[in-house]
Amino acid sequence: MLPITNFILLSAVIFSIGAVGVFFKRNIITILLCIELMLNAANLAFVAFASYFGDSTGQLFVFIVMTVAAAEAAVGLGLVIAIFRNRETLNVDEANILKL
Amino acid sequence: MTVEGTGLAVFVSTAVPSAVDLLAEVRDLAMPEIIVSVFACLALLVAAGAGPRHQRLAGWASLGGTALGLVSVVSIWIAQGRTLPRIGLAGMYVVDEFALLFKGIAVVAAAVTIAISMRFLTEERTERGEYYALVLFATVGMMLVPSGADLLSLFIALELMSLSVYVLVGYLRGDGRSNEAAMKYFLLGAFSSGVLLYGMSLVYGVAGSTRLVDLAVALPQAISANGDLVLLVGVGVALLVAGLAFKVAAAPFHVWAPDAYEGAPTPVTAFMSVGVKAASFALLVRILVDGLGPLRAAVESGWPGWDLSVGVLAAVAMTWGNLAALTQKNAKRLLAYSAVAHSGYALLGVVAGNRMGYTGLVLYIVVYVAMNFGAFAVLIALRRGTIAGDGIEDFRGLAARAPGMAALMTVFMLGLGGIPPTAGFVGKFYLFAALVETGDRWLVALAALALVNTAISAYYYLLFVKAMYADADEAGAPALATSPGLLAVVVVSGVLTLAVGVYPQPVIAVSGAAAERLEPAPGPKPTRNSAERAAPGGRAR
Repeated sequence: MLPITNFILLSAVIFSIGAVGVFFKRNIITILLCIELMLNAANLAFVAFASYFGDSTGQLFVFIVMTVAAAEAAVGLGLVIAIFRNRETLNVDEANILKL
Repeated sequence: MTVEGTGLAVFVSTAVPSAVDLLAEVRDLAMPEIIVSVFACLALLVAAGAGPRHQRLAGWASLGGTALGLVSVVSIWIAQGRTLPRIGLAGMYVVDEFALLFKGIAVVAAAVTIAISMRFLTEERTERGEYYALVLFATVGMMLVPSGADLLSLFIALELMSLSVYVLVGYLRGDGRSNEAAMKYFLLGAFSSGVLLYGMSLVYGVAGSTRLVDLAVALPQAISANGDLVLLVGVGVALLVAGLAFKVAAAPFHVWAPDAYEGAPTPVTAFMSVGVKAASFALLVRILVDGLGPLRAAVESGWPGWDLSVGVLAAVAMTWGNLAALTQKNAKRLLAYSAVAHSGYALLGVVAGNRMGYTGLVLYIVVYVAMNFGAFAVLIALRRGTIAGDGIEDFRGLAARAPGMAALMTVFMLGLGGIPPTAGFVGKFYLFAALVETGDRWLVALAALALVNTAISAYYYLLFVKAMYADADEAGAPALATSPGLLAVVVVSGVLTLAVGVYPQPVIAVSGAAAERLEPAPGPKPTRNSAERAAPGGRAR
């Protein structure tokens, strides 16, 4: 069996890719995907620790997070559609009615 | 077939009683949440069934639900006060005075939001029943957050609240500003949830449990037993603190707040700045004080402690919020920066970490509810017909047109500025005094910085007063868009702001009871000062 550190390092890498992507990607849908990466990095860490401890709480957490992520995607895509109807663009840099 | 039948019978005979027990436990612990959830579903049904002209029925149903929810919260406090705290649902759910007070704040915030929304939605010509249902669903989340005794239940409650509020911010579908505010709030909110969640996973990886009580025991043990774990716990706690700072909008993690507050429909802005903020602080207190309390201060094994980072957050939030508010022209945006500053003040209670600090934190949030809702209610009355009514110039000449409204708005501004004899002064006094009481010179310096900030903030709060009393009236401006509910909110908030300022003892007693079970920071501070003197340059607090 692989040592636990491998899983944690992999999850840290995935989390970092997601977090960096949120700041550097300009398309709303790509940003949403990056946020999903962050959530799934946490999921990977949870299952790795759950298996390490032989404890089911971490696995339970993963199911809850997956459900929440699905709900989040539903709300996020709803907002994307509302914005696209008004603006015809999904670039966050063009969302500038409210000054930054 | 018979074997399967017996298996099913065994399953039914064990599962049904345990399900019944579980439901009984839910009923005992979470009656207010059940009531509000039922009424939220009812509001949705009414919205679907009633015609377009009768959507307000859903609003009245929701208002009834919040009233019953409040009755339920108060009756639990009165009837079961001696048996608190009650922990149940496999240790995930706790009902204590702190949780009950914040549940009360959540239902009151929902009721006030609904009361000030009805006329506003008519003016916007978008009164749809699901608005009220969403407010109630967000309220259920806000009521569950302060009862969370486990990272899992805290996360679910937080997301239930946040997802409902994202939709509310974008409620004005055809309005580009509302869309944009919702998008920014959603993206940064989801991002901060991811940060918070990753922090939770790392902390779970060290402690082997997600119960807050277990974290408080296991984390310090793990650090002292194995120095290598300091890095893992450090990253986890740093992510948790950053995620919480996002949620309470403490600078520099506040970038979403001004845009979200400005673009959202004004009643939703009021709801966010009061209800969501109170629930976020409950989340912060649960995680930092209940779960990570023993990690507050630095220890020899190399653990740096989280008190320094929270102290810096408080200082930056106060200063940044107040300085940025000085130059704002839009009243909602100004109040957003003022809310950032108020987050900084409230964090002082956590930084002080003594009995007085926690009492001050709870007290501050309670009085902030009254002052902020009053101010937003006045702002909503200015939104009428073709007038957006959210600039400071819209307040010009209000004293001549609506003297009562202007006088009460003055009270709210003095209260937010912390000027006696208003409730805001009492709240700030408690927080600043708690810092001084610790005797730590850095914390006393922080209190001094907070005082300077209070002086700065008086400038922009008095801008409203100047506009109302000194500037000339606009000729031919239409009458204010008031409604009985909105007037009641303004008057009650004004009376409370003044009454608590003059006679604060009852509110202090309730806040003290709510804060009583929060563990104070251990160890007398003087020991720490002497340790610092013994090792100069070791750790600059």
